[in-house]
Amino acid sequence: MHAGVVVFPGINRERDIAIALEGSLGRRPRMIWHRETDLAGVDLVVIPGGFSYGDYLRCGAMAAQSPVMRAVADHAARGGYVLGVCNGFQILTEAGMLPGALLRNAGLRFLSMECRLRVERADTVFSGAYARGQVFRAPMAHGDGNYFADEATLDRLEGEGLVAFRYVDAAGGVTGAANLNGSARNIAGVLSANLRVLGLMPHPENLVDPLMGGVDGKPLFDSLAAIGVA
Amino acid sequence: MDQLVDAALARSFGLSGEEYERVLAIMGRTPSLTELGIFSVMWSEHCSYKSSRVWLKTLPTKAPWVIHGPGENAGVVDIGEGLAAIFKMESHNHPSFIEPFQGAATGVGGILRDVFTMGARPIANLNALRFGDPDLAVTKRVVDGVVRGIGGYGNCVGVPTVGGETNFHRSYNGNPLVNAMTVGIAAQDRIFLSAAAGIGNPVVYVGSKTGRDGIHGATMASTEFAADSEEKRPTVQVGDPFIEKLLIEACLELMATDAIVAIQDMGAAGLTSSSVEMAGKGGVGIELDLDAVPQREAGMTAYEMMLSESQERMLIVIDPAREEMARAIFEKWELDFAVIGHITDTGRIIVMHKGVVEADIALDPLAEQAPLYERPYVEAAKPGALGDVDDPVGIAAGLVRLIGCADVASRKWIWDQYDGTVGGQTVKRPGQADAAVVKIPGSRRALALTTDCTPRYCAADPEAGGAQAVVEAWRNITATGGLPLAVTDNLNFGNPEKPVIMGQIVAAIRGMGAACTALDFPVVSGNVSLYNETEGSGILPTPAIGGLGVIEDAAKAVGIALRPGLDLVVVGTTRGELGQSLWLREVLGREDGAPPTIDFAVERRNGEFVRGLIGAGLVAACHDVSDGGLLVAVAEMALAGDVGAAVTLMPEGAAHGFWFGEDQARYVLAVADGAAVIAAAREVSVVAAALGTSGGDRLTLPDGNAISVAEMRTAHEHFFARWFA
Repeated sequence: MHAGVVVFPGINRERDIAIALEGSLGRRPRMIWHRETDLAGVDLVVIPGGFSYGDYLRCGAMAAQSPVMRAVADHAARGGYVLGVCNGFQILTEAGMLPGALLRNAGLRFLSMECRLRVERADTVFSGAYARGQVFRAPMAHGDGNYFADEATLDRLEGEGLVAFRYVDAAGGVTGAANLNGSARNIAGVLSANLRVLGLMPHPENLVDPLMGGVDGKPLFDSLAAIGVA
Repeated sequence: MDQLVDAALARSFGLSGEEYERVLAIMGRTPSLTELGIFSVMWSEHCSYKSSRVWLKTLPTKAPWVIHGPGENAGVVDIGEGLAAIFKMESHNHPSFIEPFQGAATGVGGILRDVFTMGARPIANLNALRFGDPDLAVTKRVVDGVVRGIGGYGNCVGVPTVGGETNFHRSYNGNPLVNAMTVGIAAQDRIFLSAAAGIGNPVVYVGSKTGRDGIHGATMASTEFAADSEEKRPTVQVGDPFIEKLLIEACLELMATDAIVAIQDMGAAGLTSSSVEMAGKGGVGIELDLDAVPQREAGMTAYEMMLSESQERMLIVIDPAREEMARAIFEKWELDFAVIGHITDTGRIIVMHKGVVEADIALDPLAEQAPLYERPYVEAAKPGALGDVDDPVGIAAGLVRLIGCADVASRKWIWDQYDGTVGGQTVKRPGQADAAVVKIPGSRRALALTTDCTPRYCAADPEAGGAQAVVEAWRNITATGGLPLAVTDNLNFGNPEKPVIMGQIVAAIRGMGAACTALDFPVVSGNVSLYNETEGSGILPTPAIGGLGVIEDAAKAVGIALRPGLDLVVVGTTRGELGQSLWLREVLGREDGAPPTIDFAVERRNGEFVRGLIGAGLVAACHDVSDGGLLVAVAEMALAGDVGAAVTLMPEGAAHGFWFGEDQARYVLAVADGAAVIAAAREVSVVAAALGTSGGDRLTLPDGNAISVAEMRTAHEHFFARWFA
């Protein structure tokens, strides 16, 4: 599994995700500057968190128009793997590669805290090392993580099993109190129809070392390491 | 611009009549408007330290591990493995009252630049904040704006905000304090300084374009506020953290090459201070052509460009052979890169604009004849001892009141708005330990970082308060297992032209210096903010200390969270000193008496004992005893771990003094074998006593009263939750 990490101006968790990827995949990811368009040899494209272009127009809107995103879309169309975290998730929705949008947090404040996520399906390349229904902790740090889609889209996502993770309480309950940013149906992460593109708001890459408070996020990267490359 | 330059204009720029006479003598003629502007900002309190410099020189600044002390953009210390920590704290007080969001945001941006300009990648931000009476609507507005501003900037640039402190007191009603600290890491052989060199070398401007924002900001920061301060809003700068992020990456990329001769950020007094200081330090001259300065607005004058405090700009003296390579790096990051001048051998700063010499000043007298004042001062008499006071509420009720009061209540509402994990190296986040612990990427080592000051002690006895700020920082680092190495200071006071205020400054610096010397904890950088007064009313003297220590093995760092089934041990002597305590203020409504006594030898002995235990892996949790005293410390440990405790130690003397007194040099330890720890303490003449045990879901007192952890949490988290509901 060869991973590449796309770096837009203003992205700031590229080193964090590189550490997590190297820890599980055993080799450093290639860092891909946003002007590059050749993704040859990359099996997994990762778009990390941060504030691409300052988030000044709308989170992810400018980056979605960047040259590299055409190549990322082609990569996905060929059945390649794509992971977008936080700003990366926002960029994927802005690029039309995942449904829905990320709105301002319901409380209109930046939220930096630990949340709990429930694994909605464990049969994807991103979640194979988790168990279905497993609850794990993940730091979140965003101002615009309030997942929104129209009811028909939400029903379709649910029906097709494309909800990857939900915000839950410690017991795994889908509660309002656990849904800190106000996301529709507590959705924290969604998958593409072919299950090969994942976007999520929280940061599993920041919980892959006991020193930093735990390894709850590590199975996501271990999952990617476990699969062979088609 | 045909403005008449005379003593009246000089006065409006903040120069006294005597200072203006000195300008005339140096120039030998009437200065131009631009020249007067340069003199006025370089000789402002903010840039020249003219009231404090004679006293700052008395602080200890050297140790074998100090690589660069005060005088550079930030302090530099050896943290082992060929690495250096580069850090500084700086105030943005005045702008943060006028425009809280932008004032605080640009404070963060400015201190970041001071650190990465020396070649360090910033790895942590901290903030020492003081606000006014929480019952005032204006305080809520300022708190909200400052917190959003710090978060808005720090979160975007991707540097984790990991610690700091927040106090409330009515003396800050019109003068909140925003002291921002940044810590970075660099290789010891890749540290960049600001002394210009190389006659003919190009002077390069990089970063944002220059606009009219912040003109005369340094002067504003050097005067008292009047009721019309709102009108000064245009002198507040506007920050762009996205550009700052690009500037960090571009500068670090350039610093990996050998293109840079000297570099300095354009902070207070912008292009003026950076060019004057770089040329002055290098003993060379500098010639600037302002036509080449990237400009955001049309029709800017030389005066405006030289005094603008537009943010996110740097000045670099570059190796001419590397100019095109450097330009390519900044073009990649889509930042302006403009050669705006060159280094000369004239010893003068010459500023050209549209073919006209707008300024021509000899640098030596500009620096050497800068005013230096030994202002008259009077030191207030030391306060008398408090004497006996009665407890009208009882221990349990006193505890609930203290853990819920504005100065102790949970700061979760604040931290939750700061990204504390970006970078992936945050070992201990705010509230988890006495100091933030951030691992050094690629190393087993970590840094322990804290900011400390107890302004109510400083008001009662500035010397004791200055010393206490230093020992508390030292203690907070020690309580994580860290070895304290050095401090940065941020001295916030009122108007130094008042002898009483000047007396506070003199005494606080004396106390700080004594503590730093006794603890081998030198001052390596700092900032002074004076004139923190509104309509004649000054703040509590607030010499904030930013402390840095190193932990050799990050895995051995400890926090404050209790776990069940452990023995609790209190290290240090409890006499029950209630003078200037929070209990006295919150329960009796009194702010009097003498602050707690400080004994540097005991402080050091107790701290070294505790650090040794932590290093040996014998301590599960450790918390220093500070605001609110012993019982508040235990309650905070219980809250952090969500575990109860049974306190069984019988108090000596009055119970309220014993449990809420703020005696110094104390720690609460949670250990597996309390008896062994107490025996080991006795061997090295350290006072230690069995305090109780951890476990259950309530805090039980020796008098049989108990309070549940859940009830304590409600009290602890109520303050901000209710305020910003």
